[in-house]
Amino acid sequence: MAKLKKQIRIALRNCGFINPENIDEYIARDGYMALGKVLETMSPEETIEEIKKSGLRGRGGGGFPTGLKWELTRKVDAEQKYVVCNADEGDPGAFMDRSILEGDPHSVIEAMAINAFCTGASKGLVYIRAEYPLAIERLKIALKQAREYGFLGNNIFGSNFSFDIEIRYGAGAFVCGEETALIHSMEGLRGEPGVKPPFPSEKGYQGMPTNVNNVETYANIPVIILEGADWFNKIGTEKSKGTKVFALAGKVNNVGLVEVPMGITLREVIFDIGGGIKDGKKFKAVQTGGPSGGCLTEAHLDTPIDYDNLINAGSMMGSGGMIVMDEDDCMVSMAKFYLDFTVEESCGKCAPCRIGNKRLYELLDKITEGKGTDEDLFKLRNLATVIKDTSLCGLGQTSPNPVLSTMDNFPEEYEAHVKDSKCFAGQCKALMQYIIEEDACTGCTLCVRVCPVDAISGERKMAHFINQDTCIKCGACMEKCKFGAIYIG
Amino acid sequence: MMKIDSVKDLKNLRDKLKSAENLKKATVMVKVSMSTCGIASGARETMDYFINELDNKAIDASVIKTGCMGYCYAEPTIELSKPGKEPVIFGYVDTKRAQEIIDKYIVADEELVGIIPLNFETVN
Amino acid sequence: MDKIKLTIDDTQVVVEKGTTVLDAAKSVGIDIPTLCYLKLEDTAFENTPGGCRMCVVEVDGRRNLAPSCKTPCDDGMLVKTHTPRVVNARRTVMELILSDHPFECLVCTKSGKCDLQTLAQDLGIREIHYEGEKSTYKGDESPGIVREPEKCIMCRRCETACNDVQTVGTLSALYRGFGSIVAPAFEMDLDHSNCTFCGQCVSVCPTGALIERDNTWKVIEAIMNPKKTVVVQTAPAVRAALGEEFGYDAGTLVTGKMVTALRKIGFDYVFDTDFAADLTIMEEGTELLGRLNKYLKGDKEVKLPMLTSCCPGWVNFFEYHFPDMLDIPSTAKSPQQMFGAIAKSYFAEQLNIKREDMVVVSVMPCLAKKYEAARPEFAVNGDPDVNVSITTRELAQMIKSANLNFDALKDDDFDRPLGESTGAGVIFGTTGGVIEAAVRSAYELHTGKNLEKVDFHELRGFDGIRSATIDFDGLPINIGIAHGLGNARKLLEEIQEGKSQFHAIEIMACPGGCIGGGGQPYHHGDIGILKKRQKAIYQEDAGKPIRKSHENPYIQKLYKEYLGEPCGEKSHELLHTNYFDKKKKIVIE
Repeated sequence: MAKLKKQIRIALRNCGFINPENIDEYIARDGYMALGKVLETMSPEETIEEIKKSGLRGRGGGGFPTGLKWELTRKVDAEQKYVVCNADEGDPGAFMDRSILEGDPHSVIEAMAINAFCTGASKGLVYIRAEYPLAIERLKIALKQAREYGFLGNNIFGSNFSFDIEIRYGAGAFVCGEETALIHSMEGLRGEPGVKPPFPSEKGYQGMPTNVNNVETYANIPVIILEGADWFNKIGTEKSKGTKVFALAGKVNNVGLVEVPMGITLREVIFDIGGGIKDGKKFKAVQTGGPSGGCLTEAHLDTPIDYDNLINAGSMMGSGGMIVMDEDDCMVSMAKFYLDFTVEESCGKCAPCRIGNKRLYELLDKITEGKGTDEDLFKLRNLATVIKDTSLCGLGQTSPNPVLSTMDNFPEEYEAHVKDSKCFAGQCKALMQYIIEEDACTGCTLCVRVCPVDAISGERKMAHFINQDTCIKCGACMEKCKFGAIYIG
Repeated sequence: MMKIDSVKDLKNLRDKLKSAENLKKATVMVKVSMSTCGIASGARETMDYFINELDNKAIDASVIKTGCMGYCYAEPTIELSKPGKEPVIFGYVDTKRAQEIIDKYIVADEELVGIIPLNFETVN
Repeated sequence: MDKIKLTIDDTQVVVEKGTTVLDAAKSVGIDIPTLCYLKLEDTAFENTPGGCRMCVVEVDGRRNLAPSCKTPCDDGMLVKTHTPRVVNARRTVMELILSDHPFECLVCTKSGKCDLQTLAQDLGIREIHYEGEKSTYKGDESPGIVREPEKCIMCRRCETACNDVQTVGTLSALYRGFGSIVAPAFEMDLDHSNCTFCGQCVSVCPTGALIERDNTWKVIEAIMNPKKTVVVQTAPAVRAALGEEFGYDAGTLVTGKMVTALRKIGFDYVFDTDFAADLTIMEEGTELLGRLNKYLKGDKEVKLPMLTSCCPGWVNFFEYHFPDMLDIPSTAKSPQQMFGAIAKSYFAEQLNIKREDMVVVSVMPCLAKKYEAARPEFAVNGDPDVNVSITTRELAQMIKSANLNFDALKDDDFDRPLGESTGAGVIFGTTGGVIEAAVRSAYELHTGKNLEKVDFHELRGFDGIRSATIDFDGLPINIGIAHGLGNARKLLEEIQEGKSQFHAIEIMACPGGCIGGGGQPYHHGDIGILKKRQKAIYQEDAGKPIRKSHENPYIQKLYKEYLGEPCGEKSHELLHTNYFDKKKKIVIE
């Protein structure tokens, strides 16, 4: 049992414990105490110093030091500054931001107020996708309740500090998670990124200094203030402090949301917390960082998870998606799946991402269709490298990662697809064949009757065979066969 | 609602709220994980069922909605605490399972299999 | 200014803080290739989306390649602009762009003048390694502008022209990813949108995605038709730019050669829009003086300032964007339309032919002129006053197709009577010219005195908005000038807010006026070309024996024989028009 307590919940500390629609429950668990502490006893500089000392880094994926980001915004002179909460969670399979906003919205509000105090902002904006109606509703309730107690509004805690928050809705474009695209979207412009510099800390929303942090990053702030930076920075590794929330998904027994200290190994997350691979199958790979990340293999299972180790291993932390794959998953198809996503989600602004990802997808498609050539493998790598090297924003700079990491970690799979027209995992339909094992076939004709395209022939009570040219690989015959005579080859 | 003007105010309020919460601990408390995913798997039905059934049986209890507990594989999930006992988590709580929990765990005070072990620590 | 020292390709460079790597490299003779990047100095045009990634360079210590057009220089920066990594990246991205581009270069309007083609050649692309699906979109052939969106490379220059410079707001990026395209909202046709057909999008498009509607064949058909008398008029800005199409330096006047070429092509009469420009001054100037006199007599209802109305892009602009101000511009038709109306009445009567048997062709620096010529109010019983309008570029094309060696052509003069013009008519081709021409005549008509000095330098220049007060013998007349529709919008908003102190305002839709029109030879980002054309226009004016419109003997004759007096009954019938609220006309299909 003790072995299972590998999780430490900081960002998720209140999720599942309190009623998110009742501010009193948040207050009963020391809610808004951190804001009070900061306003009554600390200066903005001291607070920023504390955040810097805590070692907290951006949880949205980039891992930029949070305290430093605040300091950069603070240093710019301007009449109006903004703090923004990035709740445009877009990684397929990641939902930690939604969970926090649905389960503990006040922790984000409190942290935004602290951030505003530190950076010199008087206005906060939460950019949230309209597909999160419950999170929006609970956030609205929370904002109303916070205003009633005076945690938002004028002269908070009787100080000179005034601050309030508005909600801005996104249409759910993945690229709007990129902070400059997010700001464009909030301004009513096309949601596409701009070239940095200038960074939002200099020129952000409406051209004013703007500090953008992710939901999970914010959720850590009140705890750091109350427990102290020295408490926080004892958790984690040398360069990655605290915890990270992961959405554990795929072929593990216990899919779910987990919050683990930095430095934990993938093995502990997948096997101890996740309860191992489903149906006793063999672990093959894990994709971290969503479509921007890479896939890691058995060789990485004992690597401590932190920002830098994941990058060195060819993946990234990302916002915390963690998809586990087993022996039935084809790595080429997996890369194709993610490319399909990035092709859809590219904003179209820069050429390498707009056209390159499409061509990358087409090459992968060709390979999974069994039509790839050696030259295609070479093209694939060159194209992936160039897209990474030349794209304008983080989306394009990372979109080839699933391709490059699978090519590096599973070169034999790519080669098998190209040279032998074989998909080990049996996932690429065009490469698989349903074959009737002559000795096992009793000639019962059940398969003949279910085949929708009349691809199976043979005399009654004699071994049957499948015409591969006609077969559409629907698998109905295999399902129907009572003798296990049909297999995939 | 009163406006909080100082940390002192806030501490007073917190302490008041805490003691009120402690009072609640003298009764049965059911927390239903009601985030989007929980609701999609039927948590609203489960919650309504607990409210009605506990009321029907005149059991002194509070049923509270909370956010996600993180056990996606076992939604709907609830956390149940009885006076004097550590809270426990049940997964896959549809109305049938809810009835079973009320009858056996709450009313008859029997042990139930299928409790999800708590697998994390929290800061507070 | 802070100085910064950096190294580009082993060369030490010292630049001012804020300089981009692209500009720093240029200063030491390193031309990093660009494609989407385009800046027009002295205008509001600045397109640097950083989207094409052609200008990427290696910056020491940076993980990815950096777009030099958007990367500011840092002290001690080490930049490499042509390493194998950079060259491979550029070539690969270029191949990607080409892989989604139609291979129609042999028959593309833009061939030979296409920035994409030039760059592909410079990069030495001989094979495209990445092939796949190509994008397809709804095309659009509107009266002035043709959109071939398959050729769009998402450089966004047209968007910048349409939104930032012209503030028209017709073009914007639609859709996402591979399917993204710059188009009017809902991919509606331009003539269903609020497009003004100013053609500035066409001027900056690097490829053939935005081009003029080609009317040259209509002209050839008319010339070949023995029943038709074909009359051509050429706008003032054409002669200052046409030479560029034949290798002459910008600003070379080719008026005489142009006239000869037109005759050789087969036009029956070669006339000058400048004549009609003089006529415009007579009408517009009289209208201005009329309004002024009413105002001076205490009439509070009179509409001042009076705005010029000879630019059709500008007319479209206020019809769509300021429909509540339709009574402010002069009612005088543009020179093109005045010419058409007079040619098909006065001149047709002189020739004793029916107006239907006359074809009026106009050569214009402009795309909106195609739209203007097609306006239903500028036709009599369905017969348009101006039948076909072609651009400077189309004329160049016709000259080339007619096997003419332009350089070897002799100079010749326009025909009479509609070919005689004054210096005032010539300067219609540049910003500030119309109002200067109007001042030259209005001064004399108002004061009854002879104007000694006809050069009003205070009205000239290239600033987007200019103003000057001209002394009409004790009466100060405040004049405003704007070129570029974004600048026009600013002046209009001042009028709307009641802040305007001007009596008269000249507005031209295109930067620089007609010399920078959407139908002119491509400037490829060199604004110096427009300035040279402007200089040439003033040079032609200075060389004219007569420089005031009302002194044009053929204009005087026209009034005496045919029109009566300026703004009289006949003039109103032939030379004035009215405007329409077009806001309601935007069609979303």
